[in-house]
Amino acid sequence: MKYLLLIYGNEKLATSMTPDSMQQMHGAYGAYTKALRDSGKYVAGEALQPTPTATSIRGAGSAAQVIDGPFAETKEQLGGFYMIDAPDLDGAIEWARRCPGTERGTVEVRPIRTIPS
Amino acid sequence: MTEPVPGPDEQSSAWRAAECAARESYGKLLALLAVRSNDVAAAEDALADAFAAALSRWPVTGVPSTPDAWLLTAARHRLVDAARHRAAEDRAHAAVAADLEPAITEIAEEGDVPDLRLSLMFACTHPAIDAAVRAPLILQAVLGFDARRIAAAFIQSPDAMAQRLVRAKRKIRDAGIPMHVPDVRVMPERIDAVLDAIYVAFADGWGNPQDTTMERQGLTAEAIRLARLVAGLADREPEPLGLLALLLYIESRRLAHRPPAGGYVPLSSQDTVAWDGALIDEAEEILDRAGAMGRMGRFQLEAAIQSVHVARRRTGTTDWAALVMLYDELLRITTSDVVATNRAVARAAVDGPEAGLADLDRIRAGERVESYQPFWAARAELYSRLGDRAAAQDAYERAIGLASDPDVRRFLMDRSRLAASS
Repeated sequence: MKYLLLIYGNEKLATSMTPDSMQQMHGAYGAYTKALRDSGKYVAGEALQPTPTATSIRGAGSAAQVIDGPFAETKEQLGGFYMIDAPDLDGAIEWARRCPGTERGTVEVRPIRTIPS
Repeated sequence: MTEPVPGPDEQSSAWRAAECAARESYGKLLALLAVRSNDVAAAEDALADAFAAALSRWPVTGVPSTPDAWLLTAARHRLVDAARHRAAEDRAHAAVAADLEPAITEIAEEGDVPDLRLSLMFACTHPAIDAAVRAPLILQAVLGFDARRIAAAFIQSPDAMAQRLVRAKRKIRDAGIPMHVPDVRVMPERIDAVLDAIYVAFADGWGNPQDTTMERQGLTAEAIRLARLVAGLADREPEPLGLLALLLYIESRRLAHRPPAGGYVPLSSQDTVAWDGALIDEAEEILDRAGAMGRMGRFQLEAAIQSVHVARRRTGTTDWAALVMLYDELLRITTSDVVATNRAVARAAVDGPEAGLADLDRIRAGERVESYQPFWAARAELYSRLGDRAAAQDAYERAIGLASDPDVRRFLMDRSRLAASS
């Protein structure tokens, strides 16, 4: 089964990080991505620009609204994701626990839904 | 051509056979279907249809020589049909049906259904499942309780309970919650959730003896059945034995605790003759076996505390110092106001009411005990022993106000009156 690991954290803390801890975090994510790839579980993964860069579109056609900002203002923001392949939820949780994002935030595990073709 | 209408005798014997199969094998058959399909709801539907088919077929054809294999074959057909009716998402079900074939052959030859109930219970108590629905889910999946009966047992509306059960089963399927017994690394932490759910079911059946509805009466017995099952299946773990011993100790005092004539008798005033000696002996033997494994745990400690209490049937006294030590051990693995309150009561018996009250004051700093009735009852008893009537009356009033069980309320009011007049 495929799972999406959604990495939530406080952006404000991230922007106020020292160069040292920034570098450390990059190192941790690099190692994590490598471990995922090496074990064959990696499907995809990206980091996101912070929420001030977000634009939300709601409604369609003439009712469409383009709104400056993320879908919801929250204390912790979505900052990146991985898509992984795991045999079951326990396998996905095991990888989520290793994700450096759990150190200062929350990693949400969401199963990918198979749409009937 | 129409089939011959079965006579009343054939019908009732088929009913009995189906009922017997349901009672004996429901949990095993459901576990097998659910584990193979990773879909509890689909497995339940398929099995329900299989039992319905048995009731209409068996009176005509006679009861098959291997009813379990017959039921499983019928359920397998239902799973395949259901897969056909649904979209490609359910291709998995067809594979499952093929998977079941060897299992059915084996059951037809050997007669035994492989017991995967423990795997199913681990899925029902997975940390990803809402803790409040774990015990109900086990009762439904393993014992075949319907949502209405579970709702009555847990004092919830049947609709709300049915919805929560449906949601939980959907999560097991859609989130890919594994249905297998976890490996030894995580076994000790995961088995706690299974044992907790069983304990919750037991406590729920025990908590309100005023409620004589069928739903609640059976709950303690079913919980003991489940505890026996887990102790038998996870036979390398000491804690399932600890839980089983604990439940048997508590059950052994049922009649002394709640006499048939009504009323509430606290442990310290119970007549030990009214305790069930056979259950106590069994509990002691089981607790010994758990202890021999050399890994202490919460349920073993709780059972050990019960063991100290029931020793009174032989010695005539209670070893309060031993109880304080056991409560201390328990507090090291669980922070619980309930345990801390019980410890303070034991401490008071050893070191006097002042020491017990000082301990209770420390618990009170946590604030959560403000609405815990036994905390106030304990306080009241200790003040009364000290001769502080005003403080005792105040605490009794709090305890009486917090009591939800009429028998407990009456008991506390009697104690309060007694303390006021002494």
